[in-house]
Amino acid sequence: MTKRTLQFSIYRYDPDKDERPYMQAISVEMEDTEHKLLDALTKLKARDESIAYRRSCREGVCGSDAMNINGKNGLACLTDVDSLKQPIVLKPLPGLPVIRDLIVDMTQFFKQYHSIKPYLINNDPPPERERLQSPEDREELNGLYECILCACCSTACPSFWWNPDKFVGPAGLLAAYRFLADTRDQATNERLDNLEDPYRLFRCHTIMSCVDVCPKGLNPTRAIGKIRDMLVKRAV
Amino acid sequence: MSIPVYKFDAVVVGAGGAGLRSAIQLSEAGQKTAVLSKVFPTRSHTVAAQGGVAASLGNSEEDNWRWHMYDTVKGSDWLGDQDSIEFMCKKAVEAVVDLEHYGMPFDRVDNGKIYQRPFGGHMSNFGEKPVRRACAAADRTGHAMLHAMYQRNVKANTQFFVEWMALDLIRDREGVVVGVTAMEMETGQIVAFHARAVIFATGGSGRIFASSTNAFINTGDGLGMAARAGIPLEDMEFWQFHPTGVAGAGVLITEGVRGEGGILRNADKERFMERYAPNAKDLASRDVVSRAMTTEIKEGRGCGPNKDYVLLDITHLDPATIMKRLPGIREISIQFAGVDPIKEPIPVVPTCHYQMGGIPTSYDGRVVGAGNAVVPGFYAAGECACASVHGANRLGTNSLLDLLVFGKSAGDSAVEDLKKGAAHRDLPADAVDASLARVEAINNRTGGVSVFDARQAISRTMQDHAGVFRFADLLQKGAAQILEVEKTVRNLEIKDKSQVWNTARVEALETENLIEVAKATMISAEARKESRGAHVRDDAPDTPEFPNGRNDKEWLKHTLWHRDGNRIEYKPVRLDPLTVETVALKTRSY
Repeated sequence: MTKRTLQFSIYRYDPDKDERPYMQAISVEMEDTEHKLLDALTKLKARDESIAYRRSCREGVCGSDAMNINGKNGLACLTDVDSLKQPIVLKPLPGLPVIRDLIVDMTQFFKQYHSIKPYLINNDPPPERERLQSPEDREELNGLYECILCACCSTACPSFWWNPDKFVGPAGLLAAYRFLADTRDQATNERLDNLEDPYRLFRCHTIMSCVDVCPKGLNPTRAIGKIRDMLVKRAV
Repeated sequence: MSIPVYKFDAVVVGAGGAGLRSAIQLSEAGQKTAVLSKVFPTRSHTVAAQGGVAASLGNSEEDNWRWHMYDTVKGSDWLGDQDSIEFMCKKAVEAVVDLEHYGMPFDRVDNGKIYQRPFGGHMSNFGEKPVRRACAAADRTGHAMLHAMYQRNVKANTQFFVEWMALDLIRDREGVVVGVTAMEMETGQIVAFHARAVIFATGGSGRIFASSTNAFINTGDGLGMAARAGIPLEDMEFWQFHPTGVAGAGVLITEGVRGEGGILRNADKERFMERYAPNAKDLASRDVVSRAMTTEIKEGRGCGPNKDYVLLDITHLDPATIMKRLPGIREISIQFAGVDPIKEPIPVVPTCHYQMGGIPTSYDGRVVGAGNAVVPGFYAAGECACASVHGANRLGTNSLLDLLVFGKSAGDSAVEDLKKGAAHRDLPADAVDASLARVEAINNRTGGVSVFDARQAISRTMQDHAGVFRFADLLQKGAAQILEVEKTVRNLEIKDKSQVWNTARVEALETENLIEVAKATMISAEARKESRGAHVRDDAPDTPEFPNGRNDKEWLKHTLWHRDGNRIEYKPVRLDPLTVETVALKTRSY
């Protein structure tokens, strides 16, 4: 890839000075060694330091730089900038209040995550060494524990847009199943009680936007299906 | 000027591994604790650790903490304090078991115990052959660990201040630490946190180098704050260059790849580590491997059109093993190197990775300041601290162990001191003046230097003058140049004047911390006239009198850099362990 100039259209809003949000047209010249959308943003920021976005690890594990890229949620650091149609339209994650530019208020998202008791519950006195778990039982956690809490999924979910206060959302439900699936966890019934509600779990209409956007290739819809199965099994 | 004051028993600055581990101790002991973090806790850089955490569990073969201790002392090139090293290696098993009880999803072996893999420099029987000591969750150990500890803190009801940046340490007239000032990033509001115990767990500062595996947030904030408050920084000349950063991108490829059987090859496809480390080969210590790679490249055996990298080859491994044990690495290689490692080797170069030095502490996490005196009310743990267990070179997987063991011990020490029940000491009248003045100056200055330019100047200076191999003339030049760069940092200007989520202002404040770390590094490195561990200079070559260029007679001592006047002093290495015999000085080879 050689040097090339890329065109951007970026959502801008600073409540300190802007009456309303607007889209800013801006271009950036990319070096041949720069490939990711986050590289482009870093360069843009060197030119206009007022562009606000979150970022940290720049390798897709911290979950900071989630945003809406040409209409689809994703991580800037994992997005190949040359694969995007220009002008590249960058907006904050949909469905959450905007604080400034590409930064959203994630309070509601984390509130839902916290609501599922995202920690191992095991009331036996801890043994001297590790609790045992077979490799097969451990494998049940694959595809669940890798979540980076970037919120791409929940903010792509129409059910979450409508009921962010009542529907746990795909990220929180994936985490809920991560603990339900863990052989070391003893709170299965309590966890299912906590989700058996017309909204918390059952607002999922299997639209599968969450699966479509997850930058880690995880499948919250499948996890939600497994929780439903557990509820059905428990009822009979 | 008066600002809001928030009162807590303890304030933890930083919510990576060390901060979260100490917060668990404080919260579970019922202390009113605030944890401040620039990012949501699970975004801290511990999340990027990949290969494992060291503990002599002996799940797959015989192992014990004495061998681990020997390896760590040897890895440190004998600069590590042996009391701290014994403490850490002995506590390792308990530290890993605690995590497992918190719910960490470790990989398992057939009998249900935690999976362990070999790692560089970790050997059985006092250096004989590689041993499986690194406890792993695939190649996402840091991620799994950080999330498990955040979750435990949720359970313990720890109070987090998310997206708050600490600005300065507050010490009273007697030097006792009584709090920190901090800024809420969303609103720009500055607050004084008034506490009886302050724990720094602010992580590393690898962003002083142009090419680094470190996250954007790793800007040495704790070191900057400590230095400004008159605390010296220890052994800052010792920086680890990780052998396998993705060429061009800098993203980390875990040493666990070599632990699973990966091999480094030069342009002739030769497994060149056999020449440099006949016994441990690709699993020699990181400083040794990075120097070997740099030598290969320098002597024209690098790969690619510019012969400027070597190859990390796992094409001979079973694809099923790669998918099971190294799935994250495969993703990273495809994303950042454009190669699928199942089919093609990965282009890699040594990349700045870890700071061995930091805020001086003893193994109980208490900060030991000027004159070797404990600074009351002040604790530090993790990469920002120097206990010193890593000495002149850290072994892979000992960083995650460090943050667990010393995160816990710092938390325990704080609890112990808090339980003595002393009341909050008064905040000094001028407690917040320095912070307010700094922020004001950045907000109001015109005609100054941009943050971007100042950071470039810092990272270029460090990269060009303090790399894998060091040269006397470049060290001198670098030490002079970084003081010039400091002048530009004192003249930062931001165009963004908003109070709301002003990232330009945050980056300017970070730059003021980066420069303290850069000065400490350059000046300490220039002063140490020997080669040891990661600090290898051309005028201290390998000779019969000084094997590997190490000079124990003159330089078996810790550097202490004082910000005031860039003064350097030294203190002895603690060679006496707690209960066992000293690991005697020896020439280091793998």
